[in-house]
Amino acid sequence: MRMPTWIRGHLAAVRALLVLTAVCGVAYPLAVFAVAQLPGLEDRAGGSLVSAPGGRTAGSRLIGQSFTDRDGNPIPRYFQSRPSNAGDGYDPTASSASNLGPEDVVDTLPAPGVEGAPSLLTQVCARSKAVGDLEGVSGARPFCTPDGVGAVLKVFGARAADGTVRHPARVVSADQACPAVPFVREYHGVRVECARPGEDLAAGLTVPVRGGAPSRPRVPADAVTASGSGLDPHISPAYARLQAPRVARARGVPVERVLEAVRHNRTGRALGFMGEPVVNVVRLNLELDRGVGS
Amino acid sequence: MSSTTAGVLFLGSLVLALVLTHRPLGDYMYRVYSGTRHTRVERWIYRLVGVRPDADQRWGVYARAVLAFSVVGVLFLYGFQRLQNRLLLSLGMDPVKPDQAWNTAVSFVTNTNWQSYSGESTMGHLVQMTGLAVQNFVSAAVGMAVAVALMRGFARRRTEGLGNFWVDLVRGTLRILLPIAFLGAVALVAGGVVQNLQDPADHTVTTVTGGSQTLPGGPVASQEAIKELGTNGGGFFNANSAHPFENPTSWTNWLEMLLILLIPFALTRTFGRMVRQPRQGYAIAAVMGLLALVSVALTMTLQAVHHGTVPTAVGAAAEGTEARFGVLDSAVFAAVTTLTSTGAVDSFHDSYTSLGGMMTMLNMLLGEVAPGGVGSGLYGMLVLAVITVFVAGLMVGRTPEYLGKKIGAREIKLASLYFLVMPALVLAGTGAAAATGHGRAGMLNSGPHGLSEVLYAFTSASNNNGSAFAGLTVNTVWYDTALGLCMAVGRFLPIVFVLALAGSLARQGHTPESDGTLPTHRPQFVGMVAGVTVVLVALTFLPVLALGPLAEGVH
Repeated sequence: MRMPTWIRGHLAAVRALLVLTAVCGVAYPLAVFAVAQLPGLEDRAGGSLVSAPGGRTAGSRLIGQSFTDRDGNPIPRYFQSRPSNAGDGYDPTASSASNLGPEDVVDTLPAPGVEGAPSLLTQVCARSKAVGDLEGVSGARPFCTPDGVGAVLKVFGARAADGTVRHPARVVSADQACPAVPFVREYHGVRVECARPGEDLAAGLTVPVRGGAPSRPRVPADAVTASGSGLDPHISPAYARLQAPRVARARGVPVERVLEAVRHNRTGRALGFMGEPVVNVVRLNLELDRGVGS
Repeated sequence: MSSTTAGVLFLGSLVLALVLTHRPLGDYMYRVYSGTRHTRVERWIYRLVGVRPDADQRWGVYARAVLAFSVVGVLFLYGFQRLQNRLLLSLGMDPVKPDQAWNTAVSFVTNTNWQSYSGESTMGHLVQMTGLAVQNFVSAAVGMAVAVALMRGFARRRTEGLGNFWVDLVRGTLRILLPIAFLGAVALVAGGVVQNLQDPADHTVTTVTGGSQTLPGGPVASQEAIKELGTNGGGFFNANSAHPFENPTSWTNWLEMLLILLIPFALTRTFGRMVRQPRQGYAIAAVMGLLALVSVALTMTLQAVHHGTVPTAVGAAAEGTEARFGVLDSAVFAAVTTLTSTGAVDSFHDSYTSLGGMMTMLNMLLGEVAPGGVGSGLYGMLVLAVITVFVAGLMVGRTPEYLGKKIGAREIKLASLYFLVMPALVLAGTGAAAATGHGRAGMLNSGPHGLSEVLYAFTSASNNNGSAFAGLTVNTVWYDTALGLCMAVGRFLPIVFVLALAGSLARQGHTPESDGTLPTHRPQFVGMVAGVTVVLVALTFLPVLALGPLAEGVH
């Protein structure tokens, strides 16, 4: 029986797909797998595992971990990782970024029946304040209130031709839930109110207020931002230096010993120019547990 | 060394590597596609498939073979996902739900690799390895085959034949993609990318502080290499190339970018050899390089100066970036992945500065021709060159020619139709999403950034890129279906037009150069093609960009 050409074409397509599946989908990955069993590659192909002092496997040097207690508070004897959006934090079964945009500055305040969602700005401000408090430095940042939320006004009133509001009827500090004291008393002569949870402020003009904080804050950028994967095992050397005195105090050892461990776990740029210098938090904490004040 | 110097050197070294590889690899690919001898393995494959490798196909037959192979690929991948719970190595995953399975099947067959699923919680190892990764190879080989058919259209005279699709497919896969991917995969393993068949459930460890953590595994390195090399971009894990098991170090980051750019740039050399005028290939490479360098430099600058409220509060555009890569190398990756049709990400574009994020969109809106996806970038750029020759011909009142072929009514119609497909899909799709509740429901961010998320999604799907402003919730029946349609039409309709154009060119004889012929290898022509590309895109998309990223970024 002769089949029409267009069916024969499809049969060739089916057979071609099956043959190429055998080559690219079975033979190729198994060949890579075989080479990956060679000494030197084997442990990497298996996930670059690291072990704790007792010899048990304690994770991978490539996958970050949380160093917090059950309530999510930092454990002072450990260096802290970056903020994470992977599940509840550093959950490798749910790698994820925040995906919040650069102008995500207005919080959804929790109210009866409404689950709150802090804006990216408030997340940054809150982390900065928390890290500053933990390490004993100022957590102040531009566009942040002293109580660690976004310094953002919602201004109501007629808009001028350029889109601004010259004579506001009402001004609300959008991220400061009542009964908080607004970060500024007045805006263009109008008293600033705190935000009532549940109220819809969408009609107001969003005005972030920079404030007087230095443009290079004491708390480094990587300490207040989440990574893309949510599994970043590294922090910047600056963030490691900031944490070293607190870790040394908690372990009762001189800060030099801790800084030495930081240096052991620091990786420079590959070939001197690729990426950024980083400190591996997982390995650093393991090294400290192995011999510094434990 | 300052971060800026390091970033510039990073980019410079990448350019240098491409300059060094472009010629040998381009020459090699020329020999692969124009050689007349079949290896023993290939002859054996042709017998199994049941095709005659020496039969020259007319453009219609070639196009039908492309479509048949792709339809079969979609059906196979759809069935694979729906039945994964009954197969080996499923890791206990449920069948993928129908709309998502359709979306994913189309996505991988069209070389898009848009992912509305999260790899680590949806796909078992077998589907990843023998389903998704196989399409990473063959969808790339299809793109290259179509580009080669168009090259033959320019090179051949008075013939109906454009070559044999099955031969181009098999040679591209076996002789080009497989060996490079293998070397790349081994290098990635050396950098720490995992390659195992572990079930994560057996791999739960007690962490340093006594908590528990489940370490993922899988045949990642083998998939990662072809994901970049074939400009596919579909991550094994949700976080894609930001995931430390996909991209563990700053040098694997560099290597992944090189793999992405390797073939698209080298194909310009193949093109020059095919048409027997290497300088024509250099001119095309120069247009691609010019557009790419401007775009990369702008993206890096916009990310480095970190304009905007949150980036100013942070002191850097660090949200969504990995510490080991830093802001600048991440910006290079973002530009590279959107200038090609890759869509892999090592940082999250949704959190970029407003204008930095717009650059990634603009790169895709350029039609992904600088240098574009494997094959698709070259044929896209050649279509733009045809349009440029036509525009120049209108200005001086001569019948336009390109590479000795007259660009007549039929050719310019096909080129224009090719160009119109993508804007029509992007704008109609974004409009439909903004007009319906289903479309608006998915936005994570509000205001102009919400529109940017939707615009990005339709741009990415219609251009077969696959990257995302990932805040948008796309795993809904509406988005899975709509974006799936955009991917399918955005891939195959242009391919049909390109093959028709190739057929029409091949039928022509050779028109000798005259005094009135526009030289197409000089800087003047390079500038004109780049100009036409930018002007066409600006005219088409400025209004919608003004409503989205421009409204957000310009206060």
